[in-house]
Amino acid sequence: MTETSLLDMNQTGGCTVSDLRVALTGTNLDVVDEINIELRPGEVVGLVGESGSGKTTAGTALLAYSRRGAFIEHGSVTFEGQNVLALPWEKVREIRGMKIAYVPQDPGAALNPAIRIGRQIVELLELHGIGSAAERTEGARAGLREVGLPDDDEFLARYPHQLSGGQVQRVALAMAFLPKPKVLVLDEPTTGLDVTTQGMVLKTMGELCRSHRVAALYVTHDLAVVANIADRVAVMYAGQIIELGPREAMFRQPAHPYTRALLDAIPHLSQARALTGIPGSTPGPGRRPTACRFNTRCEYVEDRCREIEPPDIEVGPDHTARCLRVGEIGTWDINRGNTTDTDPHTDREIILTIEDLKVFYGRKEVVHGVSFDVAKAEVVALVGESGSGKTTISRCVGGLHKQWTGELTFEGRPLGKGSRSRSAEDRKRIQYIFQNPYLSLNPRLTIAQIVGRPMELFGIAKGKAARDRVVELLDAVALGPTVLDLQTNRLSGGERQRVAIARALAAEPDLLVCDEITSALDVSVQGSIVALLEDLRKTRQISMLFVTHNLALVRSIAARVQVLNAGELVESGFVVEVLDTPKEEYTKRLLSSSPAVN
Amino acid sequence: MTDLATSAPDVSTAAAPARTGSSGSAWVKWLARRVGLAILTLWLCSVLVFFATAALGDPVRAILGKDYASSPERAAALAAELHLDQPVIVRYFEWLGGLLTGNLGNSIANGFPVGELVGDRIVNSAVLVLISAILIIPVAFAIAMISANYRGKRTDGVIQVIMITLAGLPEFVVAILLVALFSTTVFHLLPAVTIAGGGAPPWSKPASMILPVLTLVIAVAPYVSRIVRSSLLEVLDSDYVELARLKGVPERIVMRKHALLNAIVPGIQVIALQLAWLAGGVLFVEYVFSYPGIGASLVDSVRNSDFPMVQVLAMVIAAVYVGINLVADVLSILFTPRARTAISS
Amino acid sequence: MSIVSPANLRRIGRQRRLVTGAVITLVIVLMAIFGPLFAPYGENEIVGKPYTYEGSFLGTDYLGQDVWSRVLYGGATILINSLLATALGMVLGIIIGVVAAYWGGWLDEVIMRLNDVALAFPQILLALLVLTAVDQPSWYVIVLLVGVSHAPRVARLARGVALGIVSRDYVTAAEALGESRVRVVLAEVLPNMNAPLLAEAGLRLTYSIGLIAGIGFLGFASNPSAADWGYMINENRLALLVQPWGVLAPVIIIGVFTIGTNLMADGIAQLSGRGD
Repeated sequence: MTETSLLDMNQTGGCTVSDLRVALTGTNLDVVDEINIELRPGEVVGLVGESGSGKTTAGTALLAYSRRGAFIEHGSVTFEGQNVLALPWEKVREIRGMKIAYVPQDPGAALNPAIRIGRQIVELLELHGIGSAAERTEGARAGLREVGLPDDDEFLARYPHQLSGGQVQRVALAMAFLPKPKVLVLDEPTTGLDVTTQGMVLKTMGELCRSHRVAALYVTHDLAVVANIADRVAVMYAGQIIELGPREAMFRQPAHPYTRALLDAIPHLSQARALTGIPGSTPGPGRRPTACRFNTRCEYVEDRCREIEPPDIEVGPDHTARCLRVGEIGTWDINRGNTTDTDPHTDREIILTIEDLKVFYGRKEVVHGVSFDVAKAEVVALVGESGSGKTTISRCVGGLHKQWTGELTFEGRPLGKGSRSRSAEDRKRIQYIFQNPYLSLNPRLTIAQIVGRPMELFGIAKGKAARDRVVELLDAVALGPTVLDLQTNRLSGGERQRVAIARALAAEPDLLVCDEITSALDVSVQGSIVALLEDLRKTRQISMLFVTHNLALVRSIAARVQVLNAGELVESGFVVEVLDTPKEEYTKRLLSSSPAVN
Repeated sequence: MTDLATSAPDVSTAAAPARTGSSGSAWVKWLARRVGLAILTLWLCSVLVFFATAALGDPVRAILGKDYASSPERAAALAAELHLDQPVIVRYFEWLGGLLTGNLGNSIANGFPVGELVGDRIVNSAVLVLISAILIIPVAFAIAMISANYRGKRTDGVIQVIMITLAGLPEFVVAILLVALFSTTVFHLLPAVTIAGGGAPPWSKPASMILPVLTLVIAVAPYVSRIVRSSLLEVLDSDYVELARLKGVPERIVMRKHALLNAIVPGIQVIALQLAWLAGGVLFVEYVFSYPGIGASLVDSVRNSDFPMVQVLAMVIAAVYVGINLVADVLSILFTPRARTAISS
Repeated sequence: MSIVSPANLRRIGRQRRLVTGAVITLVIVLMAIFGPLFAPYGENEIVGKPYTYEGSFLGTDYLGQDVWSRVLYGGATILINSLLATALGMVLGIIIGVVAAYWGGWLDEVIMRLNDVALAFPQILLALLVLTAVDQPSWYVIVLLVGVSHAPRVARLARGVALGIVSRDYVTAAEALGESRVRVVLAEVLPNMNAPLLAEAGLRLTYSIGLIAGIGFLGFASNPSAADWGYMINENRLALLVQPWGVLAPVIIIGVFTIGTNLMADGIAQLSGRGD
């Protein structure tokens, strides 16, 4: 770092984090350790990590904040020549919000539901007595305009629940920028937003940061988002930053095995890939291995990785990685996981037909006459934003929703509305897998009971024979027999979702309806689930109706795709054709807003 | 000890958004619906009251007691007076009709019209309840806020254990212990009964009100404070309070502006429940202290099998409960922006 | 979370409230059950003049019977009646609440409206209404009245908890598989309601004791000569100035009993994470 840039920083903003360590109260266990990042004005640094990486903890530490149960043990956050972490309370409070600001993850929950947004936006300025009331309101209006929201009195007088998700998040952005802070920490602010809304929020945020010369730290789990907005990227694993470098270098020449594995797990929009996951799961504080924290899951692990702690090794200009074998593991190619897209011209043996499906919630029609079909051993993706009707359609197929008209034909037989009006045979052949693995399994039952129940119900096997089959199924989903008598609270999200898949398979179905089954999972876990599904499809010839909002994922998993918008089928066809040569405006818009890694 | 469901009461029937009309008429419609519902509830209460008292036993036998066998004429006269020859349903409607037209019947014990006997007593009970409520609310809130402030530390734990201990005690246990403590056995400070003599209102001798009020406060405040505390804690743990802290808002403003505001609604619900309970639950307290209110009167009437009195008093209590709940519903909607806008949109 | 796993038993041991409450309750329960074996005098044995300090250390009551002996005899009825009333109230309330939550729709509306009507009356009042026409209620009438008065309150809680569970995906998954409704309630919904229901049961027990003792205190007893903590208070009220123990002994023991059960109930709530 040259002298001029140091001077630059002190005068115009930015901050440096050095040797930050946050530990659990009352223990020696670290949540994050040895965190060193430099934030430069006008630049966005993406802090990427999966769940359990400690990224949020590292992010909020910039504001000298740690959640209950954790405390900042040592380290410094140098801002305007001072160490924020060493300042007395009152000074820290003055800096928070005004100089170093925070944009929260869940905007709906983060705004006070009882206070109008006009008042909440100016709250900080009011507190510090900056400007007159009129000036503050004018500032608020200017801020709202900047984020593309109306600035009239009516809007200012609204309560948070009267705004949409995207609007609330933009209000939170306006609120954060109003006092003109120098540093901004954003905590996954676009999680839960539609792809198009997300695109808009990200664009706004990028513009604001650059025009106000703010140094921004964007905390997220989504590498694809980071690829589009960050200037530099830091990847965290198990509490440490394991790689840090400029965006281009990170995505073209990742040095650390974990970064590479992450990138291998990300689907691309432009090309189908054989997605893979990382075996094992992220260790939490207290369960992290000694020396290199990734050594239990790394494919390049050697003995010395378990003994020597890897330092930050420079692998390129401004690019470091924390791995002992950095120079030895060869280069990585972004295209190395590519496979062929599904051939549009294979024969199709149709097993499920949907004709003119109209679905109702009460008196409201939410799906307006959708028709398509699914063939044997084929994956059909249902894609759309929230409110598009994709989940609704899948629930009708699965028998979870009864209010629909039209025809659903399965293997030539019409399907009843709702699972209770279907024959046992139909109930058996069509199995539904839910999105949230933490809610879809009964916490009071053991895994053996959960997976074995469909077998009992449908007369496939009982008693010991059932238990044996359960072991087989668990093996098919890459879970060992040790989990048989455990309850679900001992399993991770990815493991639970595998149990859910095993339960579905226990009924020996011909069609799996997968409702966003990977959306709640980390990207590396998603990769392994996708690999598993592909394997099951080939070996057991099971068809799948795969609901997702992630277009890139569609490319790697499905043969055909149905694009939905507000209950209408916008475009339908083979994945390759629709994604490479979309015909409809909406599809094109969707494709252009989807963040892509390459 | 208080008589409540464990969990903090859920915000009752969420507001139904009106479909057409200006915001004003939407409110009127909503209000009309709530009032209609309240009236329906009251009517069902009257059914319950009447049939519960008519359910078991023989009223004539109960009233006459030992005299039943010895004076069959009196028994017959009583039976005629109570219209016992007519089917229950008819009797119910006769009674309901009487209620609605202001004819509350006559007390069997002394022959006076129920209305006269009950009027003063209602006032007396109301005074007792109001004074208690005025004390309970600030006491409970103060304890809850102190507890929430020192959350997790020793002070909080100690306060909570004291609250739990007191909350479980039956009211009459508290009453008798207080009497023993302050009136008879330990100290001789305060009077054990509240008879002011000569029909004067009991509060003309304020010293005699202290123990009854104290009993009610001790019986009710702990529970209210625990519920207020837990909803305060819930709010303090919420995301928007965390964000306020991250924005650098000082703690006391966080408490005042962000936390309290959102904890008020469950607070209103609990207070309403308490007041409504107090209205009838003063039973034991009035009985122990011979306080001339509807609670004591109710107990006496039940023991004398004085049906007309019992039925009217029970309806009074039910009406108070329903009325207070209605007011609480309206207030909590007013304080919840989400529901408020849902109605007027 | 299974209540009786070894990890949980260790946790339970660390809960001071639960343990303290359980110990207190146990002491009183043992006293109620085995009391008669240790009583120095008979239940109705006259040991001296009324309201004196003859007999054992607590003196005599309004008839000259020994207070301490009657205290030892007087807990059994209250204990049994309270337990039965609590059980009745819980079972009724759970059935009503879970059915309302699971079936939803108009059935839920109707049940809740009727429930609200019952909730408009304090529990003691409901019991008293029926007792207007009854002079000496049999024990099962009291149990029935108190139990039924619990039901609406338990139903409200049960419905609230069940509503949260009924919409969960694992219940939907069971229904999609075609499980019978009864099985869904018994195997998927109820087992996941253990913790809050247990805590509520503890609370209901506390109220049962207060109500049943209270009914005795107001002068309603199935067997006026038998020793009964609540009724004893009523019998000896007049002599509070002279010989307080006839009143204070049963009062204190009732108080201790309810403190014990309430602490226990709160301890259970804490354990399941719904408490502090």
